Amino acid sequence: MNSAAGRPTMSLTARVALAVGALMLAGGIVVSLAAFAYGRQAARDAFDRLLVGAANDIAASVAIVEGAPVVDLPVSAFELLALAPDDRIAYQVIGTDGAVLTGYEDLPPAPARLAGDAVFFDAEFKGAPARFIRVTRRFAERSLSGSVQVVVGQTLRARNELALDITRNALIVLATAGLAMLGLAVVVVRSALKPLDRVADAFAARDPQDLTPMDASVPREAAVMVEAVNGFMRRLDSQVETMRNLISDTAHQLRTPVAALRAQADLAAREPDSDRRDILVARIHRRTVSLGRLLDQILSRALVIHRIDSARREAVDLRDIALDLVESGDHGLIAPGVEIHLEIGEDPVPVRADALSLAEAAKNLLSNAVTHGAPPVTVGAGAEDGTARLWVQDAGPGPSEELRARLGQRFTRSAASRGDSSGLGLSIAQSVADAFGGKLELETRPERFRATLALPMERGRG
Amino acid sequence: MSALRHMLAALALLAHSATPGTAQEAVRSFGPVEAETRLVLRTTTDIAIFAPTVEAFLATQAGLAIDFEQWGSNDLYAITMAECAGKAPKADIVISSGVHQMVRLVNDGCAAPYRSAQTALLPPELRWRDEIWGISREPAVMVYNRRLVPEAEVPRTRFDLLDLLRPSASRYAGRVATYDIEESGLGFLFAFMDSQEASTFGALMEAFGRSGAVATCCSAEIIAGVAEGRYFMAYNVLGSYARTQAARNPDLGIVHPADYTLVLSRAALFPGEEVAPEAGRFLDFVLSTDGQLAMGRNHLTRVHPGGGEAAEDPAELDSASRLIALTPALLVALDKHKRAGFIRRWRETFSRQTP
Repeated sequence: MNSAAGRPTMSLTARVALAVGALMLAGGIVVSLAAFAYGRQAARDAFDRLLVGAANDIAASVAIVEGAPVVDLPVSAFELLALAPDDRIAYQVIGTDGAVLTGYEDLPPAPARLAGDAVFFDAEFKGAPARFIRVTRRFAERSLSGSVQVVVGQTLRARNELALDITRNALIVLATAGLAMLGLAVVVVRSALKPLDRVADAFAARDPQDLTPMDASVPREAAVMVEAVNGFMRRLDSQVETMRNLISDTAHQLRTPVAALRAQADLAAREPDSDRRDILVARIHRRTVSLGRLLDQILSRALVIHRIDSARREAVDLRDIALDLVESGDHGLIAPGVEIHLEIGEDPVPVRADALSLAEAAKNLLSNAVTHGAPPVTVGAGAEDGTARLWVQDAGPGPSEELRARLGQRFTRSAASRGDSSGLGLSIAQSVADAFGGKLELETRPERFRATLALPMERGRG
Repeated sequence: MSALRHMLAALALLAHSATPGTAQEAVRSFGPVEAETRLVLRTTTDIAIFAPTVEAFLATQAGLAIDFEQWGSNDLYAITMAECAGKAPKADIVISSGVHQMVRLVNDGCAAPYRSAQTALLPPELRWRDEIWGISREPAVMVYNRRLVPEAEVPRTRFDLLDLLRPSASRYAGRVATYDIEESGLGFLFAFMDSQEASTFGALMEAFGRSGAVATCCSAEIIAGVAEGRYFMAYNVLGSYARTQAARNPDLGIVHPADYTLVLSRAALFPGEEVAPEAGRFLDFVLSTDGQLAMGRNHLTRVHPGGGEAAEDPAELDSASRLIALTPALLVALDKHKRAGFIRRWRETFSRQTP
């Protein structure tokens, strides 16, 4: 079975692994970017809160002493900022007149567009990027009225580290989950494909002669395949059965005539009288011709049965079949001198069938007519009421009632053994008609017998 | 902003050159005169105390010389800041006991980062941004004169000291000295840390003021005053100097306050943008066992508990120790308003005294 599998395509496991891998990669990139963005935002939010706390702490420490704001800088504010352990700290307190009361003199001012009691801005502090907050505290005392502004800033080292840390942790989780999912995908695919392995094992373990259907208790997806295989085996089984019948029939059909021939030949060999020997020889000749016809028919039937099962249906014009039949002149071998007429019209007579099977059927009908019927013999094709007809007509009485009654049975031993081959021919025609959805019509009128192969016309071409 | 910085630098340099008194207090060169590589070391530490360490380092380095400049802490801070603003540092290493000033220098981006196995071993309190390192451990102690203070009256804690000063006719009135925090950066730092540490500081200042304590300058002067008997005792004196003196003068007694003892760690930094490799090696040596032992001989540090000389000073290691951590919180000690308010209260206290 493996050798018949041909060039193997990529395994399903690899496909799923690849697909999941690609998914993880694409997802990973998206999630990494998202994680980094989130990490930066989270770090910014977290450390901005430190800035707010420290700035408010300092703002709260401003008191009015003798009409001037005085800052009692709280250590707690710096301890709060020192939670970002490696960052430098900038601070500044600006009085109501805009002059720096204490802290760094040369901090960058907040952008003018920012207004409010607490505004954040990014600027540089002594050569390093930093984040600042400006908090405004308003005083309305008898001695002083106006607002004092507290600016607190911090460099970004801890923020960046936290952002990277968050990103890194997210990526570690992601990578772990990705690997786990990849492994899981492989396991899932393996287990999902297990029924296929089971089917393969069942096939491999099978007796070569065993063409019975497989047990189809597999998942729905695999059942399709198993059913297809079962259908194939059914066809194979029926063909094998047909072959077996054919062989046994053939053997049976040939045994009697061959035995008869040998008996006649023995008689002829021992016959001293030349006149009687001539009679015997003539009889042997007749028997041989009859045997030849029988062989033709047997082969024809084998061919037809085989093709009915396997040949592709195609568009066939019944007129072509009739024309070929008449023109081939095969009948001349059986009954030399018999004149065959052809009767076909202008319009095509299309059917969907196998041309060779139709030709065999027609040949058998013609052969019957020239052998058993009476001339004149006419072959014709025509269409009527959606039915395409191919017919052979002679002037004889047609087959016996007994023979007609037996049509449709699996037939013919008796007929063949009696040297009567017309039944076999009709049987072949019957099989062909059945195979292509039509029927065989036998019509007897005074002085005339017509056998017709009636098939449904091909739609869209009639 | 840079224009402003240049202007400030120019102003600072102007101020510096206009006042010759702010120059270094002493200069001495160590190592071969013809050495190609010379390091400039600026420090507040007395040359005599730090010399053994420098010599021990140079013994391990061939062809290296160190120009040792001794500075007052405020001047050292001013010149380092000015050189930073002008982006022209002339020193390779700066070591100062004014650790709040050193932290401010780092905060202003005036120090270069340096990492080594030795710096990594420092506890986090003695390391900030890998730009400043604490290289010593020196307690702030009380010094007393054994001849003048009976053993039973030796204060073991600040509360004991308060109790001594409380009686209105106390014999200690006017006989207790401490740093003048306006004069001494280190005195201010100690007082400031005291104010952070405990509420006793307010009571102590009040007691100093009421009893007429003396505020004066500089460790050496204060310790000499105690040794001579001018003062009975001194509060918040740097332990390294006190022990050096006590080793020569058996009359000097030293107390590590048992309520808590401030411990100062001199801070080192490399000014500028880059660290000279030799300067880095110097720091590594100072932090190494050899370097710490060399410094320990002059009582600058005690980093190896259980070692040969450890028993001398148990207080440094016990739970009462309060190491002054090198964090940006020290920036508060330099704040203009904070300092002004602190000094105002101090002045008010000491002006009320009745000599």
